[in-house]
Amino acid sequence: MSWIGNIIVAVLVAGGAYVWIWARSNRLWREAMRALVRRRRIALIVLGVYVLIGLLDAVSWVGGDGVQGVAASEARSVIDRIFKPSIFREKSYSEPFARVEFVGGAALTFPGQHVLGTDILGDDVLYKTLKGVKVALLIGGLTCLVLIPLALLFGVSAGYFGGRIDDAVFFVMSTLASIPNLLLLIALIMALGKGTLQVCFALGVTGWVGLSRLTRAETLKLRELEYVQAARALGVSHPTIVMRHILPNLAHLVIITFALLFTGLVLSETILAYLGIGLDGSWGRMIDQARNELSRDPVIWWNIVAASSALFILVLCVNLIADALRDILDPRTLRERA
Amino acid sequence: MSDTTTNGPLLSVEDLSITFPLDDERAPVVDRISFEMAPGEILALVGESGCGKSMTALAILRLIAKPGRIETHSRVVFDGRDILRLKVTQMRALRGAGIAMIFQEPMASLNPVQTVGDQVIEALRLHERVSTPAARDRAAEIFERVGIPDPRGRLKAYPHQLSGGLKQRVMIAMMLVVRPRLLIADEPTTALDVTVQAQILALLRELREELGMAVLLITHDFGVVNELADRVAVMYGGRIAEEGTRAEVLGAPRHPYTQGLLRSIPSLAHRGETLTEIAGTVPSLGLWPAGCRFATRCPKVFGPCNAEVPPAVRLSDSHRAACHEIAHEVRR
Repeated sequence: MSWIGNIIVAVLVAGGAYVWIWARSNRLWREAMRALVRRRRIALIVLGVYVLIGLLDAVSWVGGDGVQGVAASEARSVIDRIFKPSIFREKSYSEPFARVEFVGGAALTFPGQHVLGTDILGDDVLYKTLKGVKVALLIGGLTCLVLIPLALLFGVSAGYFGGRIDDAVFFVMSTLASIPNLLLLIALIMALGKGTLQVCFALGVTGWVGLSRLTRAETLKLRELEYVQAARALGVSHPTIVMRHILPNLAHLVIITFALLFTGLVLSETILAYLGIGLDGSWGRMIDQARNELSRDPVIWWNIVAASSALFILVLCVNLIADALRDILDPRTLRERA
Repeated sequence: MSDTTTNGPLLSVEDLSITFPLDDERAPVVDRISFEMAPGEILALVGESGCGKSMTALAILRLIAKPGRIETHSRVVFDGRDILRLKVTQMRALRGAGIAMIFQEPMASLNPVQTVGDQVIEALRLHERVSTPAARDRAAEIFERVGIPDPRGRLKAYPHQLSGGLKQRVMIAMMLVVRPRLLIADEPTTALDVTVQAQILALLRELREELGMAVLLITHDFGVVNELADRVAVMYGGRIAEEGTRAEVLGAPRHPYTQGLLRSIPSLAHRGETLTEIAGTVPSLGLWPAGCRFATRCPKVFGPCNAEVPPAVRLSDSHRAACHEIAHEVRR
């Protein structure tokens, strides 16, 4: 399985580089990127760190660093290799930078080296938190990969062609919207299974209605604009009009919605984890497990604080970036800046 | 497009009716209108808002949006072919290459996220197989022709970087790059400043001379008509009230509606006089009188006006007017 992760990383890096080069060659996008960097430098840097950690966690191979036992036969990522979780561990809880165990006071194997302490099984909390990054990014990214094309397909075809197609799409949307979202989600996950792909698919299938409504409305507006009329007067076919004149003019909407959806999805995973259908290794799972420990006296706080801060910072950064994007990509402000 | 060697009309519209659903029936927005255009001719279609002139233009390109419909008895013959009976793909090939259209609002006529060069090149490559560098050259050429300064540099500009006048020039360039034989100009200067208006009108006139294309000019501005048109057709309530050469219609109007319209234009020769207006307002769709549609507002209304559709009376080889009053006079 490890090679799939590596290929995905390669594709992501290549895709990112391609988009970067393309955006730099296009004046409008270059300007937009510059404005974004100017306004949200710190948020972008932090997000970059998250993405880097996620990527490092996805590149993996077998053997090569002298780890013994069961772990030696498994593919381990760069993060695994840095932390060596099979060795770098304790027997039970320990506070951040502690030299002794939290309960009982036995000496630790690695005194003072667990920056965020260890959890009930003695696993390093910093390591677990970093492992959660990949899961969070996967939930946001993969789901949007399912959700956005679905929303665009339905929204644009309903808005552009109208009539029966519009009626049909609206019927589907209303039906979906009238089923309690969480129940549908749980039912889907129960039916499909609890894997990452399945959960992302379920989130995507249940979440596309909002964006679809938006793109439908925008397409309705664009369809009547004179440049679409002009394209038709020039003899441009419907698919070409959609590809060249409708979709590019929806790009700002899609980007903004993507950024906002992303945080919503990462957060909704914690709810799923609370309900017991979250993903393995996610922050939601960590928080869910740490929940019981909050009631102990003295309280064990580091594990829940680590997971929730990591979640909070990611969501905050993406939200800040989404907010700036909304200002920057608004067509009205676009015109003013130029 | 091959040049027709026949001397027949380039475009002939016969009995064109466009209907929209209203309550349970279909109301004619354009009612059995007929006109012809010779190659290279500029015909102005004049009338107030809602008289059906833009609908007529869209019908010629078969771009009437649902629920509007062109009635089946209509015929629109362009270059010898009835375009209402063309297949969808044939129609698409004709749009742009044979008949092109420029719109009223240059601000909204260009895609904001594409460079204007790309848009002109797209228009060209739709109808001709040309390489990218050749298309770029052609685009720069046509930009120069329509009077855009620094044509090569402007190819890379986005619409929001251009002024209204320049945008309209780009629009004209986009429509002319494949050399259509008929250009429909739907109020091409309404949204522009007066000085820019004059430039665009001059450009249209030059292009007509140079390319020999016919122009169907849709406007409510008699100033523009006077600048540009060879012939004029005045529309009211979805019908043609009067049609003739510019001199005939503007100089010696016969239909009471045309007369009223021309009287309501301020002129320097009649300074200080009160401007006369046409009484009443245009009845809304479905409330039109059964006979002459101008009957509710006409100062000369009499017997048959309210009941019978007025016949088109020939006043000269080129001059027609649809009015009972005139028919009555001629008969006597």
